[in-house]
Amino acid sequence: MKFTNIPFHYIWRNLLTRKLTTLLTAGGMALVVFVFAAVLMLEAGLRETLISTGQPDNVVVIRKSAQTEVQSGVQRREAAIVESEPNIAVDAQGDKLISKETVVLISQPKKSTGRKSNIVVRGTGAKGLALRPQVVLTEGRLFRPGSSEVIVGRSIRDGFHGAAIGDSLRFAQRDWTVVGVFDAGKTGFSSEVWGDSEQMLQAFRRTAYSAVVFKLYDPSSFEAMKTRLEADPRLTLELKTETRFYADQSEALATFIKILGTVLSIIFSIGAIIGAMITMYAAVANRVGEIGALRALGFQRRAIMAAFLLESLLLSLTGGVVGLLAASTMQWFQLSTTNWQTFSELAFSFSLTSGITVRVLLFSLAMGFIGGFLPAARAARMNIVDALREG
Amino acid sequence: MSGPAVSLRAVAKTYWRGGQPVPVLTDISFDIQHGDFLALMGPSGSGKSTLLNLIAGIDQPTGGEIRVDDVDIARLSESELADWRARHVGFIFQFYNLMPVLTALENVELPLMLTSLNRRQRREHAQLALEMVGLAERVGHYPNELSGGQQQRVAIARAIVTDPTLIVADEPTGDLDRKSAGEILDLLDRLNGDLGKTIVMVTHDQRAAERAHAIRHLEKGELSALEVAVSRPVTSEREGGG
Ligand SMILES: Nc1ncnc2c1ncn2[C@@H]1O[C@H](COP(=O)(O)OP(=O)(O)OP(=O)(O)O)[C@@H](O)[C@H]1O
Ligand SMILES: [Mg+2]
Repeated sequence: MKFTNIPFHYIWRNLLTRKLTTLLTAGGMALVVFVFAAVLMLEAGLRETLISTGQPDNVVVIRKSAQTEVQSGVQRREAAIVESEPNIAVDAQGDKLISKETVVLISQPKKSTGRKSNIVVRGTGAKGLALRPQVVLTEGRLFRPGSSEVIVGRSIRDGFHGAAIGDSLRFAQRDWTVVGVFDAGKTGFSSEVWGDSEQMLQAFRRTAYSAVVFKLYDPSSFEAMKTRLEADPRLTLELKTETRFYADQSEALATFIKILGTVLSIIFSIGAIIGAMITMYAAVANRVGEIGALRALGFQRRAIMAAFLLESLLLSLTGGVVGLLAASTMQWFQLSTTNWQTFSELAFSFSLTSGITVRVLLFSLAMGFIGGFLPAARAARMNIVDALREG
Repeated sequence: MSGPAVSLRAVAKTYWRGGQPVPVLTDISFDIQHGDFLALMGPSGSGKSTLLNLIAGIDQPTGGEIRVDDVDIARLSESELADWRARHVGFIFQFYNLMPVLTALENVELPLMLTSLNRRQRREHAQLALEMVGLAERVGHYPNELSGGQQQRVAIARAIVTDPTLIVADEPTGDLDRKSAGEILDLLDRLNGDLGKTIVMVTHDQRAAERAHAIRHLEKGELSALEVAVSRPVTSEREGGG
């Protein structure tokens, strides 16, 4: 079954004939599509970055209903129960890959503005680094357990005073000597200060850890383990895979970007739809005589309707493809924002997925359909004799 | 074929304008035989185009019966009527009404889109029709690259390409100079004489009307009492003379 028996080249050449109008209308649609695509790519890029912060076979244990490690508290006794679990991977030395961590927010002056900004301080266990292969020590050495030594993420070294090797950072009434710098790529860890977990507990006068992180021995048994530990009456803990944990953190910002962007796109698209509608009404008005002749030759009303709709769809698809191509160049740009939950800086880029491509093209086709519907209906409704007289 | 090609009985057409009835045709009854070439004449506004449109099935009468090849076309649904037109009627308009974005060949091919012919067959038929009107060399030209007379010949090729029994022409020479008009009339003559097409032509031009077998005059919604037979000159005498 064909969409219309009016030849495709008739439809296509009519678009090409009115070059300027076609260009302007498709250009307007391309702009809207560009905005829509960019927003979706932004959201996807943000999610990808935060998800890559976590390892899929790492588990983060925090207090039930705590959103972040900063808000969380895990008692020593609870940490010990978790540590006694059998389903924890071990390293070559036979040590369990688990880290009881203390996460605290401190405030330090930024190099660029001199104003104070939040930094995450993470006290980790001996296996803290081994649990995160994406974290690589690039300068200096590791902090010695039991000392007031810290290592800092690349972004901290670059962005804050007193964070170079040999400098000391003052917080929690102590001076902490910077002995190393690490790189954690695009993940959130690049904006953290790491030291010994027990030292942090003492310095910040805490009795409970913030979180326990461990690597699963058998990742497939995670769900069973989660169910069991979360039901354990001795514990008020929640288990999440690290991937899920960071994805949840990005949820609010990603959702906000998506909603704001979609609302903006819809508002802009009304303009583009009106543009398409004006263009298509003009096309119909200019071709009244042709419509009359086509009908006289025996083409049905629905064939006329379909032909003009197809013309509008082609117009919008052209705009959609151009807008999408323009948006795809955004992949080369890098952005940074503040992670709303930890308030640490987060670098990410636009990401074009096949799902976004499909959605964006459907969006542009929808604009063409809505904009072209009334003009096409007018063309189809015309009385043959009147159309032949007018044309 | 037994009966007449076209048979009208008590056909009436009334338009409504601002709530007021405007009777255009009141009581039209006549037959057109197969192979006839009829000219419809009459003053402007007398309803010639209206009558032609009713016969061609692009307008519906407000009363009476119109039979074409024994089909009561006034009773067909709009959609059936469109299919019927595609198979049985060839249209020639005063202003050609070609599609400007299509070449001569594509314009002639257009009505064949409504047939079951495949692409190659459509091309062949269209090519043949253009050869018949003497435009074999112009198949790739767009309408704006052709003269008025040539455009009307393309339109004639489009009208005959589906091999309809009835050809309707509303002032086919109205927009042409005398020489081009002569060529168009020669062509209609050939369609009628050689191919046996039944032709109904509306015209203001006495000279054009004289090329037909018969003339009917319309005045104030009524047809002239009698068919006026015209002495029909031999085609060959006209050729080249215009
Ligand atoms: N759609 C319409 N609504 C109202 N009146 C109409 C309509 N179409 C035609 N008429 C009227 O019907 C009458 C006959 O029109 P028609 O076009 O058939 O005349 P005609 O004989 O072909 O004239 P011409 O020689 O100028 O082409 C005219 O008075 C015209 O105004
Ligand atoms: Mg007329």
